[in-house]
Amino acid sequence: MTTATQTAAGSANSGSLLLTLMKLRTFIALFAVIIFFSIFAPNFLSTANMILMSKHATQNAFLAIGMTFVIITGGIDLSVGSIVGLCGMIAGGLIIYGIDLPIGYTVYFNILEVAVIVAVVGVLIGAVNGLLITRLNVAPFIATLGTLYVARGAALLYSDGQTLPNLVGREDLGNQGFSYFGSGTIIGLPVSVWMLVVVAFGAAYFARFVPLGRHIFAVGGNERAARMSGIRVSRVKMFVYMFSGFCAALVGLIVSSELMASHPATGTNLELNAIAAAVLGGTSMSGGRGTIGGTIVGAFVIGILSDGLVMMGVSSFWQMVIKGLVIIIAVVVDQAQRKMQARVTLMQMAKQG
Amino acid sequence: MTEIDDGDVILELKDITKAYSGIVALKKANLKLRRGAVNVLVGENGAGKSTMMRIIAGVEQPTIGEIWMEGERIHLSSPADAVRHGIGIVFQELNLFGNMTVAENIFATREITRGVLGIDHKAQVEKANAFLDRLESGISAETLTEDLPIGQQQLVEIARAVSLNTRILIMDEPTSALSAAEVDVLFRVIAELKAQGVAIVYISHRLEELMRIGDYITVLKDGQITGHALVKDIDTRWIVRSMIGSDAKDFAKEVDHELGGEVIRLDNITLPRSQGGYAVDHVSLSVRKGEILGIYGLMGAGRSELFECIMGRHDHDTGKVFIDGQELLERDTTGRIERGIALIPEDRQREGLVQCLSIAENLSLASLGQFLRFGFHIITGKEKQAVADAIRSLSIKARNPDFEVTSMSGGNQQKVVIGKALMTGPKVLLMDEPSRGIDVGAKADVFRTMRRLASEGLAILFSTSDLEEVMALSDRIAVMSNGRLVMVIDRNQATEEAIVKASAEGHTTKRMHA
Repeated sequence: MTTATQTAAGSANSGSLLLTLMKLRTFIALFAVIIFFSIFAPNFLSTANMILMSKHATQNAFLAIGMTFVIITGGIDLSVGSIVGLCGMIAGGLIIYGIDLPIGYTVYFNILEVAVIVAVVGVLIGAVNGLLITRLNVAPFIATLGTLYVARGAALLYSDGQTLPNLVGREDLGNQGFSYFGSGTIIGLPVSVWMLVVVAFGAAYFARFVPLGRHIFAVGGNERAARMSGIRVSRVKMFVYMFSGFCAALVGLIVSSELMASHPATGTNLELNAIAAAVLGGTSMSGGRGTIGGTIVGAFVIGILSDGLVMMGVSSFWQMVIKGLVIIIAVVVDQAQRKMQARVTLMQMAKQG
Repeated sequence: MTEIDDGDVILELKDITKAYSGIVALKKANLKLRRGAVNVLVGENGAGKSTMMRIIAGVEQPTIGEIWMEGERIHLSSPADAVRHGIGIVFQELNLFGNMTVAENIFATREITRGVLGIDHKAQVEKANAFLDRLESGISAETLTEDLPIGQQQLVEIARAVSLNTRILIMDEPTSALSAAEVDVLFRVIAELKAQGVAIVYISHRLEELMRIGDYITVLKDGQITGHALVKDIDTRWIVRSMIGSDAKDFAKEVDHELGGEVIRLDNITLPRSQGGYAVDHVSLSVRKGEILGIYGLMGAGRSELFECIMGRHDHDTGKVFIDGQELLERDTTGRIERGIALIPEDRQREGLVQCLSIAENLSLASLGQFLRFGFHIITGKEKQAVADAIRSLSIKARNPDFEVTSMSGGNQQKVVIGKALMTGPKVLLMDEPSRGIDVGAKADVFRTMRRLASEGLAILFSTSDLEEVMALSDRIAVMSNGRLVMVIDRNQATEEAIVKASAEGHTTKRMHA
């Protein structure tokens, strides 16, 4: 009798240890890639490289934060990569050409105004996604696939497929200094990283302490129950797609500022990286589960993985294979954890009687 | 229980017990099915009829107990097993593939094939038409199933069961969506099958039907057999008595309190059905402060739909809702909740709970607006306090409010749903089948809570298909049938017979159908 209880307790303990390890899998993966590359990739740990990598990961992380909210509601946003491209083009266009008014004047904007306009455009495209999904009942996958094409096409049309180069602005127009978003630093860290810190903390706060944030989880967990509880489901969905569009606009701004040029193909396939980062960070594709912290760690795992592999000189073909495998393993572990958790809960209930 | 001659027994259930997590659905139930006879099974919702049929159909396996067929013990571990033994079933919920034709549905899993050439659609359609004609349904076997109205779909389901050439045919409420003429045809087919020696199990709430076609009757109550007789020896009064039993459940003792003024008034609430007719048919009623109004009705009577209309779930309903004499102009659920109406939905899992959230998050979900600072910041301390209060006042057994809500028993989950509704501070509480899927002890607890809330001045409307419940809990009883409000009566004037009779009225006086 005693031995039986002991073994039961023992297995429960080892079970919960395994469970804890599984819960921390994203962090473990992050440390694993950092340790691996610091051994095998030369100069990996240098400050310059760290800053460079964080800049790369930042782009993924922005998109992934927006994507996390969307996925938590049970949706998907495929259009973010294209929004990045279009918003980058608009930023470039505003600086070089301004806006021609029909009365014969051309209005130019200073850098801050450009940033605001670009962000508004991103939010508006997100609103279009949201309206398609909530008002016209288009499945999120299809609606955002549509806007993916439309936005990319619009970006290409904007300059007839050409790159808008040399976005330095003109002194007489007062629109210089665009490089600040991509290349500026505050206390040694890139501005884009600071922006990420602000947006990430904002999003995490929002998810935890604002009713609308809580509603996002409820809508994804059980839409009918959420509606019956008085949650305005359409409003919640509108918000997540608009926020996702906002995040994408920021990335468009940062990328074109970093390159000081706007290229219409910027951001192609970035939506897939964002989804991968969110999933790696423990966001459930069926909705209801996910954290901002996990997503950011996931984005950094993916960013460090691809940069590290480049530094090791691994061929880009192999990089794709490895990235794919990491994502699949992440989801398999996620499912295993879910199952174990359910079993542990049932066991606890059975023990209680 | 008197012993009766059981005739030619084909299938026998011996001491069947079936337990689900936390609830025992059948307790040592015995059932004998006779060849060439209609074996009628009655009982209230949740009495265990459907569980028993699911065991015979191989969908579920008994926890304890034996199944004997023609003197041999058999094991039914899957529906395919049951079909092999010649057992067919027409389920209460339609189990048809809407995206396939009627013929394909009838021959699903036993398609007529021409060797390697694949399915012989022509032969299937011909045979299917033969079965459909036998039911005089007027359905073409080539129609897409989802294009048929619900009554005709039920006929397709019956045709499929008949086509199986079964020795035992179970029909779980086969007439719930049929018109009078269709019922007559069905009964003729049943008579034919009976003559061929098929043992028919017939489940229905419509007592007059049972009296008409039944040979043997078995009554179930709380998972136990409480009556077994030849139909010709008994009357409806006997059925009602056996169904309800003499030992009353542990209902909360009535606390007498003064009723206040009218809180909610419904005026001509109407909800059209997509297949024509009305799901809610011009319903008007009013409830006073502190009053409990029980709405009795069978499945599909329109109780849930009425509640949904009050909550603003539908956008094509008409009629007016007044709270404290003021008409509600808000059309959506959010607005209605703000005006003081709260609903506890019938389907706890699908509409009541967000499974992946914690107990606390579920409780505060509908009332987050009360804990805000600056209009957007949730003050966690205040929320925790309110959650703790709700857990205490409803005596929810939650070891830790941060655990997932699914880690609790059904009764406690139901209390969380009630708690969520109460935290919005409602004036009117709508409870749709509040005792569904919870065990007897938890039921008593929920009922006590309802009484207490009413004495605190809440107006409560609850729906149930349990006679005993509606009689014991309500101050006034409303009976709905086929979307119509048939009767509203004070409890002390109500009799069980009158209520049962009224609940079938909508089906006899006004048959609407394609």
